[in-house]
Amino acid sequence: MPELPPSKPDSDDDRAISRRTLLSGAGAAAAGAVLAGVIPQFVSGQGIVAAPQTPSPIAIPVDPTAVPGIASEALSPRSPFENPALAPIGVTTGSTLTPLHELSGTITPSDLVFQRSHNGIALIDPKKHSLMIHGLVDRPRAFSVGDLKRFPAITRTYFIECSGNGRAAFRGAKAEMTPQMVDGMTSNCEWTGVPLKTLFKEVGAQAPARWFLAEGGDASKLSRSIPMEKGMDDALIAWAQNGEPLRPGNGYPIRLLLPGYEGNASIKWVRRIELGREPWMFRDETSKYTDPLLNDTARQFSFVLDAKSIITAPAYPSRLAAHGWWPIRGLAWTGRGKIDRVDVSTDGGTSWTQAEITGPVLPFAHARFQLMWKWDGQPARLMSRVIDETGYVQPTLAAFIKARGIGTDYHFNYIRAWDVAADGTVTFGVGA
Amino acid sequence: MRSTRTLPRLMPSVVRRGWRVGRSFLIPLAVLAIVGCHSLDSDADVRAADTPKPPTYYDIGAPIDSARLAMIDIDIDPTGEHLPAGSGTAAKGLIVYAQKCAVCHGAKGEGIPPSPKLVGRDPRDGFPFGRDPRQVKTIGNYWPYSTTLYDYVRRAMPLKTPGALKSDEIYAVVAWLLAENEIIARDAVMDAKTLPAVKMPAVARFVVDDRKGKVVR
Repeated sequence: MPELPPSKPDSDDDRAISRRTLLSGAGAAAAGAVLAGVIPQFVSGQGIVAAPQTPSPIAIPVDPTAVPGIASEALSPRSPFENPALAPIGVTTGSTLTPLHELSGTITPSDLVFQRSHNGIALIDPKKHSLMIHGLVDRPRAFSVGDLKRFPAITRTYFIECSGNGRAAFRGAKAEMTPQMVDGMTSNCEWTGVPLKTLFKEVGAQAPARWFLAEGGDASKLSRSIPMEKGMDDALIAWAQNGEPLRPGNGYPIRLLLPGYEGNASIKWVRRIELGREPWMFRDETSKYTDPLLNDTARQFSFVLDAKSIITAPAYPSRLAAHGWWPIRGLAWTGRGKIDRVDVSTDGGTSWTQAEITGPVLPFAHARFQLMWKWDGQPARLMSRVIDETGYVQPTLAAFIKARGIGTDYHFNYIRAWDVAADGTVTFGVGA
Repeated sequence: MRSTRTLPRLMPSVVRRGWRVGRSFLIPLAVLAIVGCHSLDSDADVRAADTPKPPTYYDIGAPIDSARLAMIDIDIDPTGEHLPAGSGTAAKGLIVYAQKCAVCHGAKGEGIPPSPKLVGRDPRDGFPFGRDPRQVKTIGNYWPYSTTLYDYVRRAMPLKTPGALKSDEIYAVVAWLLAENEIIARDAVMDAKTLPAVKMPAVARFVVDDRKGKVVR
């Protein structure tokens, strides 16, 4: 399938830029070397080339109370005992997925937010970047990043999910799949930016405008047509994520953010917005990101993400080390607004128990659920099922296939399962 | 109101050092402190001190430089309204394709994973992609609009040098792709007028999103 991420990095591309080089300055890389166990990257005349990452020994004191601790650094590193990682890396045209099973709460740390790029991560000097808004407007304007920050800003917590999230498990489910491999193309951040409707007022959007296009300033110049209703509702031009500027892989210096819509439409590195009467029929709303159905048609502009949940613990590769009480935890979200509740089954969907929601339930955001479960040592199939505020119920795999067909390409929101074996090993529930 | 000139004597030495370094830094702080404390006494004063109501628009940003916009205003919609001058045929397109495209998409557009297959009309009857994941979507059997080809090739292809193709080259390679997919004649000339008039086989298959309600659709 053309959209599947490559199984290994594109090592032939000498212009490739490693994530670590990109996301850390040379000084930060050097400062992080002690704990992160890597040596700084080299910058050659031809481009930036990643150096081999060589682990360096980290001395962990036997008794941390008996010796002075280490000194602080410019960027606070993770504990050397924690190694969450995006995967696969080295991808330029494809996806790099969030390790859902290594996260707690609802916020995805910025350096673990999934990335889906269509021709690499654009490196953009914010001083040279602007957002042009033109077309059916009274006052066409170019906004520098500084200009955009002068407008009244809002801060909201939203998930972004690729509508292809779950394809690997749908097409080729394997027992040895982690939550990251199954559904790692969703992340949840606090975003700050200017509402697009503020900018539409600024340029004087004209009444005949029914659609706008958003175009990225990356090598793919990814473009989508979006209904004006969304632009005048809750669309955002964001410049910050989790309290700091966007990461390059997530659209630095500015991106479009469409709450609840498939991630592809939230154009990263946005450079141009044009208002018009009809959609433009870009490749990513015709050839791709459309949904062939069983009645010989294909659904187009299927922006809204249906309600979905996944148990992130226990899940492969973790293991239940003892009989007794264990928390079943996971994430739930819906593109229609807020989730209403999450049910958990430990018997393969025969019976369900309402889970506790352990944190805030915000519109268009991940919510964390939890159910304490007493494992008796018998094999068990764990499932979660979200119901959103519109009453929509996350479907079973069978219901999903019956409605969409096995050839469907996006919006894989059916119920996921995990199988607990008698020895406590947990594997992805194939064919649930 | 207490004069801000007396502040240095009242402030700890570390702040007085700040005063000497940057007078403008302390004055707003002092004003803020006085206004802030005072406003706790009366909500009326808070409203009185409010900034004016936001205007219809803020007059932020610059008029668009038309030359700069022209460089990036590259979208082509199904009317083909903004298609540039130039033209091309399948014969010329084969040369462009062989030089710039075949390395990723294969000599005949058969696709080399992960680069997608481009050429193929089968299955000619029906539109079975929902039923059968083995059916490969191509320009010939799936793309609904011919103008999307020009738009996409110009903005995104070839992957290593996007934006480098000239308009004649783009028209030519689009002509080759359409001819290989048996949508236009081998000798058809593609230009700003003929390309939007090309009707794609799958155009009638696309329907608007009809998902609603409480169950999967």
